[in-house]
Amino acid sequence: MLTFTIRRLLLAIPTLLFISLVIFLLLEASPGDPLGDVPLTVPPEVKERMREALGLGSPWYVRYVLWLKQFFWVEPLFWFDQVFGTQFSAGMQRIISFQSRSPVFDVIAQRVPQTLTVVGFSYLVGVLIALPIGIISAYKQYSWFDQLGTFVSMIGFSMPTFFTGVVLIIIFGVKLQWFPSVYDTTLQVRDWGSFWAQVRQMVMPVTVLALYNAAQISRFMRASMLDNLGQDYVRTARAKGLSERTVVLKHVLRNSLIPVITVIALGLPAVFGGAIITEQVFKVNGLGQLLITAIHGNDIPMVLTLTFIFAILIVLFTLIADILYGILDPRIRYD
Amino acid sequence: MTDKQRQHDLDIAEAVDATAASAGVVAGLPPDDPHHAGETRSQWREVWRQFRSHRGAMVALVLFVLTILFVVAGPYIWTIDPTYVDIRARNSGFSAAHPLGTDQLGRDMLARLMAGGRVSIAVGLTAMIIAITLGSLIGVVSGYFRRLDAPLMRMTELFLALPLLPLLLLMVTLFREPLSQSFGPAMGTFILIVSAIGATSWMQAARIVRGDVLGLKEREFILAAKSIGTPAHRMILRHVLPNVLSPIMVAATLGIATAIITESALSFLGLGFPPDFPTWGRLLYDAVDQMIMYPWRVILPGLFISLTVLCVNYIGDGLRDAMDPRIRGR
Repeated sequence: MLTFTIRRLLLAIPTLLFISLVIFLLLEASPGDPLGDVPLTVPPEVKERMREALGLGSPWYVRYVLWLKQFFWVEPLFWFDQVFGTQFSAGMQRIISFQSRSPVFDVIAQRVPQTLTVVGFSYLVGVLIALPIGIISAYKQYSWFDQLGTFVSMIGFSMPTFFTGVVLIIIFGVKLQWFPSVYDTTLQVRDWGSFWAQVRQMVMPVTVLALYNAAQISRFMRASMLDNLGQDYVRTARAKGLSERTVVLKHVLRNSLIPVITVIALGLPAVFGGAIITEQVFKVNGLGQLLITAIHGNDIPMVLTLTFIFAILIVLFTLIADILYGILDPRIRYD
Repeated sequence: MTDKQRQHDLDIAEAVDATAASAGVVAGLPPDDPHHAGETRSQWREVWRQFRSHRGAMVALVLFVLTILFVVAGPYIWTIDPTYVDIRARNSGFSAAHPLGTDQLGRDMLARLMAGGRVSIAVGLTAMIIAITLGSLIGVVSGYFRRLDAPLMRMTELFLALPLLPLLLLMVTLFREPLSQSFGPAMGTFILIVSAIGATSWMQAARIVRGDVLGLKEREFILAAKSIGTPAHRMILRHVLPNVLSPIMVAATLGIATAIITESALSFLGLGFPPDFPTWGRLLYDAVDQMIMYPWRVILPGLFISLTVLCVNYIGDGLRDAMDPRIRGR
């Protein structure tokens, strides 16, 4: 298991390097110019100096390696310094955003909490809804509950989140006025009143994302339960007189959760990507919104770093899913 | 030669004689069930029979055909130009002149929904064809040629690790201008979106096809075909591809749904087709600013997207059930 983990971690390095190169070259091949918005009255030699100042003067491979160094060496050193009060990164250049002229990671650190509260919480809610639905649907296969569950989950992942979000805003935000339609990120939870306001503004984005995730996970849960319910060990468990509750909730559920947990782990990074749209609908200024404004503003360092962080998340969670699968299921041997 | 083996050989000889004799007898007799004996039951007819018994899939198929008729034949019946601006009739509600109302520039919503659906479904179909062609090609090649398997699968894993939505956003924003200049704004965006979606969604199909091809390679008919010296290309076209057609078809159906959703998501983020070129996602995006006053303009295109995707998903579900020989005939 340990050797497998180490081997996979080592394999992840070239994968990530390749992905970063792909993103970098894509940005490099783009015709967009970060200085496109500079007025034409600015003389060419000044423009050239501005280009130099942005670090665009050197050839692409130099800039790529420089970015790699900044991402993997300077930034960790800087955070190490922040935590322990040391001076290792003194005088080193961090990754600077073209738009805000502040370090990219500072901006990202400001945005992460918003994304994490909304996205993380909605994924949790989605999983908590999906598991019982999947279990009951499988246990009562072809019952009205199962039919309804299948239909609802079919609708759940057929309706794009930008549509469900907008419909929820029209119904609950505009007509009924129950919830605010715009997510206020400046709100700080200090007392019960602000806590209640936070809950109210989180209801709609969380519902939208949770429904979408629950639809997919409940399908997996149902399929996995159905697989296990037909196994011989279930008949044995029933034959030796265990209560139906023990059979289903202990024996079958534990075994069916194995593939579902890996699916949940695999889906987590995709949720961050999907949240780009939901954040746009509810005007949550999280990571997704940051990415979109950066793309529109030709902010190359920001786009590169953010996209690469998404890639790291995907690779990391794929690895976690594989390792979890090996730990949970003793029949799996990786060596 | 042991006794046991001799006995076995004798048994086989006896069995062969018996079947030969009975075959001769049976050939002389009229068929047991004259009604059915002449009927050929092809595989596809069987699949269709099974598909029809899936009620949800049949309803979905009918609805999907109706939607396609609506967007393809609709403009011939409802002949208002979707880009015709009638500023005096702007923001009108449901009326006889404009059954679904007009937008903020007085353009007819019904005509716009038809035109938008044409583009959305065309994008879905074309992107699916690209993704499936690429996916089956890579899947078959990596499953059939052992030497190419490892590099191609590494490449597939690399693509799976790419953050797709951010990359799509990036590709569309960065390359929209040059392509619009060389192919015209509408065609350029169409080519860009279709190839971007196609290039980022072939991985699932490739993995499924590869798995099936690996399984097929161990079968006797492949060995037989190989032993009479069939060249590789004919092997693939005649023996391998027809046998992996059913997973490809299921993946293709589900691929249409993903492509339609991705296109409308891009349009919704303002990175899709140009404003005067309606698609369902674009209509939704344009209407969001005024959703408080005119909620129907948001709901109608959204309903069309959801309904089409739901239908396509149900059809895919029905196809999967119909083509799975383990549950066929139940």
